[in-house]
Amino acid sequence: MNKVHNNKAWFLILPMLLLVAFSAIIPLMTVVNYSVQDVFDSNTRFFTGTEWFETMLNNPTLQAALLRQFAFSFTILAIQVPLGIGIALLMPKRGWQASAVLILITLPLLIPWNVVGSIWQIFTRGDIGLMGVSLRELGYNYNITRSPVDAWFTIILMDVWHWTPLIALLCYSGLRSIPEAYYQAARIDRASKWAVFRYIQLPKLTNVLVIGILLRFMHSFMIYAEPFVLTGGGPGSSTTFLSQSLTTMAIGQQDLGPSAAFSLIYFLIILLVCWVFYTAIMNMQKDDQRGGV
Amino acid sequence: MAQITLKTLAHSYSPNPAGPEDYAIREMSHVWHQGGAYALLGPSGCGKSTLLNIISGLLQPSDGEVIFDDLIVNDLPPEERNIAQVFQFPVIYDTMTVFDNLAFPLRNIRTPVDKIKQRVAEVADILDLTPLLKRKAKNLTADEKQKVSMGRGLVRDDVSAILFDEPLTVIDPQLKWKLRRKLKEIHEKFNITMIYVTHDQLEASTFADKIAVMYEGQVVQFGTPRELFEVPAHPFVGYFIGSPGMNILDIELTQAGARVNDVPLPLSHRFHTAMRRADSRNLKLGIRPEFVEVLSKASDDSCMVEVKNTQDLGTYRILSFQFAGLNLKARIDEDAIVSGDRIHVRFPEEHLNLYVDEFRVEVGDE
Repeated sequence: MNKVHNNKAWFLILPMLLLVAFSAIIPLMTVVNYSVQDVFDSNTRFFTGTEWFETMLNNPTLQAALLRQFAFSFTILAIQVPLGIGIALLMPKRGWQASAVLILITLPLLIPWNVVGSIWQIFTRGDIGLMGVSLRELGYNYNITRSPVDAWFTIILMDVWHWTPLIALLCYSGLRSIPEAYYQAARIDRASKWAVFRYIQLPKLTNVLVIGILLRFMHSFMIYAEPFVLTGGGPGSSTTFLSQSLTTMAIGQQDLGPSAAFSLIYFLIILLVCWVFYTAIMNMQKDDQRGGV
Repeated sequence: MAQITLKTLAHSYSPNPAGPEDYAIREMSHVWHQGGAYALLGPSGCGKSTLLNIISGLLQPSDGEVIFDDLIVNDLPPEERNIAQVFQFPVIYDTMTVFDNLAFPLRNIRTPVDKIKQRVAEVADILDLTPLLKRKAKNLTADEKQKVSMGRGLVRDDVSAILFDEPLTVIDPQLKWKLRRKLKEIHEKFNITMIYVTHDQLEASTFADKIAVMYEGQVVQFGTPRELFEVPAHPFVGYFIGSPGMNILDIELTQAGARVNDVPLPLSHRFHTAMRRADSRNLKLGIRPEFVEVLSKASDDSCMVEVKNTQDLGTYRILSFQFAGLNLKARIDEDAIVSGDRIHVRFPEEHLNLYVDEFRVEVGDE
């Protein structure tokens, strides 16, 4: 047989390449461009190499913000994932109750970020806010503008309120896709409630949980509007997260070089952590293969 | 080990059933003997899965009693009934190995580790699963998965009955036969009562000693495969079992004799007597295509029919013909000669079944 070598089909990916170029590569390259230069004005610029990256990595303010960021993301994941699964397990499965609960649970997801911040800002005010006043009436001196603990607690509570529904919804859809025969077989095998959860429900939820955890991690790691509106990063810098530090640097101080370098580091961290999460969850499934009594 | 008795059992999915049509299971009483291999045969939606779920306890019957030996188990949940059930689609625990899957029911009742190892090894051996024990159940083929589901039923030694709900639906045809053999083998070895739900008459008759044919929520006949074929107790059994199904003729009894759509049907005196005695307008005669005789010339008990076509099926042919506006079939030898559009056929009376109000009536001698 004569095999004709013709690789012209590669041209068919050109439109795709063009699209990706405009949507991702070109914007990213401008950032890369800034990150390796020191730009004074439109005619004066110096090539700086890795200098901005080194400066940024050694910047104590940003290091602190990064630590806060990790603390925040892991805290909300540790709360939202189990809570979301729990809510999904408790949600009614059929009838009008199912629809009603579904709508009620979805509501927080429909509110824009800065509106969520405003809602909670008012909610927690000591003079007119429902939560602020109530806590004060109960004798606790609640003040998010003074106490870092109160501020942290409130931001985490806000994020849990806003985003747990996403995990719950994903898990609910995962649970609904389990055929009734599995539960029937489990009853006949005399499986306990825990065993049903551990060996039927949780394995079937793995895929949606991977999506849920990755989405929630990325979202929370990039959180900006909600804490910005609620606490403005304070008191002090106790709730200043990475994105806010970056904005201050890029927009407020016009330090384009350092903030571009920092943006890239920020992006790489998210990429790295997502990869670690994904690999870890996939490996967890593999490890289960080992049997024995 | 148990004998399962259904006593005046009925089930309706609606809370206030008005008539028999509201019942998924119409009132029935049956005994399934310890150690028997039974099949529940019927078309989709006839209530066979409902009946199975009632026996296993996944469903509470609205009327009547389910009795295991002497114990009424109506209020016992499935986990306390000592039954195993194999579903249409294999149910396996994805994250576990085959070994863990088989050990699962034993671990749930806190069986000692040595006993678990021994039982799992035994069952795996019977089902040819031994080489797969360390594999993850998720990666098995459909038939292997179904064997694992069966194995979970077999590992418990307190199981009184195994119920199968169309277990071979997702299995490849060439493996179906093997698995059916396996089931038969297990039945002989363990002496467990087995009830097998299917809509495939071949599956039912190769597996079961006795078959219950269900139709519209009723068991219309309960008998050996041979009985079902030779003396169908209900026109539906005749139609459903056998290929092609039984010919059914609606009979109208007039002063002049039996008629089918105004065409006279020659019948002997004893049939007429039996039909008069029945005193019903719902009269049917059934005859299997295997027993219809094609004659070369007219006789006093033959009918003239119109030939539609013949279908060659290798060792025999199926002759389709029209009689009194009804499409009927006869099974004839491959070398039988059918000449012309009109031929004479005879319905031998020893193979004619009389149905009064849909149920078979014995025709007396005189």
